[in-house]
Amino acid sequence: MYFQIIIAIFAIFALYRVIAQFLKHRITRNELFFWIIFWILVLAVGTFPSIINYIANIVGIGRGVDVAIYLSILIIFYLLFKVFVRLDRIDKDLTKIVRKISLSDSNKSEKNLTDKL
Amino acid sequence: MNVYIVVPAYNEEKNIGMVLDNIMQYYKNIVVVDDGSSDRTYEIALSKGVEAVKHEVNRGQGAALQTGNEYALLRGADIIIHFDSDNQMQASEIENMINPIINQNVDVVLGTRFLSQNSNIPWTKKYLIIKPAIYLNWLFSGLKLTDAHNGFRALSSYAAENIKLEQDKMAHATEILELIKQNNLKYCEVPVTINYHEYGQGFAGGIRIIRDLVFGKLIK
Repeated sequence: MYFQIIIAIFAIFALYRVIAQFLKHRITRNELFFWIIFWILVLAVGTFPSIINYIANIVGIGRGVDVAIYLSILIIFYLLFKVFVRLDRIDKDLTKIVRKISLSDSNKSEKNLTDKL
Repeated sequence: MNVYIVVPAYNEEKNIGMVLDNIMQYYKNIVVVDDGSSDRTYEIALSKGVEAVKHEVNRGQGAALQTGNEYALLRGADIIIHFDSDNQMQASEIENMINPIINQNVDVVLGTRFLSQNSNIPWTKKYLIIKPAIYLNWLFSGLKLTDAHNGFRALSSYAAENIKLEQDKMAHATEILELIKQNNLKYCEVPVTINYHEYGQGFAGGIRIIRDLVFGKLIK
């Protein structure tokens, strides 16, 4: 009973934070959409836990809790993948900048130029 | 024919002097790409009178070679040579690498340890690492070669302009083959002598390369 109240309060708070982040242009429209759906689902399941038991029966998995766990793992994998992609982008951008610095430094260095003349 | 020797180096202060002395007997357009070394590689290169370019932080051998290619192209190179800085390659063989480009219109010349019997490769490396690597490279690029990830290469300027390496670390060696295939470049293999005193990429290194290659495909 109390746990449900805590979850409900937390989900509403998280929703508020997500919307605030979007208004500050910290997350994209797609991310806003994703997180709103996510937290509404958390709110719904927290308030009416029997929902996941219902889903579990439909899908054929034993318990509602199991469904919740499987889904969570899938979501985590997806988010992890997004993190890797982001890291890779940052890596490549870093190399671009490092390369630009080294090439422009070498252009400025008189020694490199005059030796060739 | 403006030939530029690109020498990528990371913390090679012990070897870079000898390597440069070796190359300078034959060619004078040399650029050392120091990939963020913490030792005196860059200073030693400059003191030898060769051109040198330094990455502010370490990015990987692929990144260093791409920087070297761009540097050489900016200076009007017609042919670019990739030459390792660990003192295992022979500068006397650079000429053999250049000839197919000049005489047979080849775009990329790839060194191989296996068309002659000159290299002293450790047994485990040869059968447990290089053979599977050759097969994997064929899977990724479609090219059937006798060697894998041999750092001794010659590129025509046309090839260098069309090969833009995005793999910063060791997977670049497979990426080059993929790009050769994609751009329909003419390539050939030339036997070279590699004097083994360092093992190079081990099995773990190989796994990392495969990981980078697969990930690279996933995000395209």
